Amino acid sequence: MSSRIPLPYSPKVLKYFKNPKNLGPMENPTVEAMAGSPACGDMIRLYLRIADVGGEEVIKEATFESYGCAANIAAASVLTELIKGKTIKEAWKISWKEISDELGGLPPIKYHCSILAVGALKRAVRAYYGGKELPPWLPKELTAEERQTMEEEEMIERIYGRSPKMK
Amino acid sequence: MSVEGLLREHGQPEREVYFDHENSGWVPPEVVEAMLPYFNRKGFGHPSITNKPGWEAYEAVWRVKEHLVKELNAGGPQNLVFTHSGTEANNLAVLGSAIASGRKGGKVIVSSVEHLSVIFPAEFAAKLLGMKVIKVPVDEEGFVDPEVLSAYMDKDTVLVSVQAVNHEIGTIQRVKELVKVVKENNPEALFHTDACDAFGRIKLDVKELGVDLLTLSSHKILGPKGVGVLYVKEGVKLEPVIRGQLSTQTLWPGVENVPAIVGFGKAMELAFKDFSNQVRRVKSLRDKLLNGLLNEVPETLLNGPKGDLRAPDNVNISFLYVEGEAVTVELSLKGIYASSGSACTSRILEPSHVLLAIGRKHEEAHGSILFKITRYHTDGDIDYALQVVPEAIKRLRSISSLKPSHPKQ
Repeated sequence: MSSRIPLPYSPKVLKYFKNPKNLGPMENPTVEAMAGSPACGDMIRLYLRIADVGGEEVIKEATFESYGCAANIAAASVLTELIKGKTIKEAWKISWKEISDELGGLPPIKYHCSILAVGALKRAVRAYYGGKELPPWLPKELTAEERQTMEEEEMIERIYGRSPKMK
Repeated sequence: MSVEGLLREHGQPEREVYFDHENSGWVPPEVVEAMLPYFNRKGFGHPSITNKPGWEAYEAVWRVKEHLVKELNAGGPQNLVFTHSGTEANNLAVLGSAIASGRKGGKVIVSSVEHLSVIFPAEFAAKLLGMKVIKVPVDEEGFVDPEVLSAYMDKDTVLVSVQAVNHEIGTIQRVKELVKVVKENNPEALFHTDACDAFGRIKLDVKELGVDLLTLSSHKILGPKGVGVLYVKEGVKLEPVIRGQLSTQTLWPGVENVPAIVGFGKAMELAFKDFSNQVRRVKSLRDKLLNGLLNEVPETLLNGPKGDLRAPDNVNISFLYVEGEAVTVELSLKGIYASSGSACTSRILEPSHVLLAIGRKHEEAHGSILFKITRYHTDGDIDYALQVVPEAIKRLRSISSLKPSHPKQ
């Protein structure tokens, strides 16, 4: 159809695609966040249940929903696995590269899938602290993943804005 | 990167039905049989060299050209050029005629739903020769309106290229009418039609259509990959776009792919055997799959026209709220092989230009799945697809963050 590219996924992508972990919406999550857009063809919704464990804020449960390709679904699933049981502070440090590595190394054109997953997590953490005092480890400026997630969403906005037919 | 592990994880599905004939496909055993002697038993020589294996090769190529002349009403073998793909034949047609026109600043008109092997050479010709490329819009079923085309025509127009059948959505263009409009406006302008997806599906007669140039591709009729054909009407001037040692033909250098050409000839023979019955059967399987999916799965869109103006083998449906690449992977796990116009499978992360040209939104194009039916498909194959596809869409919708239950994104 359009100009194509081979997608040599690692077997792990297919494994998570076949049996995604932590799937589905959560009843009364502490916080939820979304990254991506339908127009991009990539969208992740992340739900977190956060509880105070001995003075630390711990992610007790994490689930997701994903509209996207096989890599997108696998990246979101791996993210939820990685952050479950971690403190918010620890989870904040997870990078897109860790997600990609966990999936056996995504093809470069699919890096944005793991960036989107981390972008959704960072949005959820910021939403959690919305209106509260920010902890010292949480930077005021957006991280690279957050900026890139926004850029992808904005790029599609611009494409849509340009072509009246597609509105 | 090797995908050996991926294939192991994928496993061998219990039943397999291949529907991805748009992109490539398997070759019937009779075709393979016909090709085999030409690798090492006869005709393995060079068709323009004066020795026995060379003459045998020449004879094999000549026979297939004669056969093609009959199927297309092409006048004579001298009007046919073998290339090594449909893409190459389209490049020769578009670039070759633009360069041969000797014009700087002329105009090339293509439809906005052409194959990229027409659109990209047109853009390249524009860049090389300072020409203008016009992409004529189509309606929501993919048709070029003759009146709209007429409005773009002028004395500077060098070439108009509109395909006979769209490769993605199966629209059968009214080529004869379009040719008439072009020639009325400017008798000098050439008309090219990419007929790769029309050959073996609808009747093609180059005299009747009035086209100057017409492209075919072997693998689109279940022949081997590696053979394209360009029909060039007598008197039409083209500049060769690939340079090198000429063989039996002047417009495409290099040694002819003789075994593949023989295979193409056999594939053609099979495609035209009992033609109308075969087409009728394929069409009924198409409608069974198309109507079955539209009835079984809620929230779908048919891409392209319905009925007789749709290619007999084409089923293209957008499944909303799911992304096409994930659908092709899910279907593959169950042994149903199809492709998608989603951005996720493309180099530029943009969905199919054909689907955007008929007014599909990005998210509608992302969920598109293309199936192509052949005479080898059975009722049982379609039943299997009608069982697997709705299940696949259901599972991916259950994962999707985009669904009617989430009204606001």
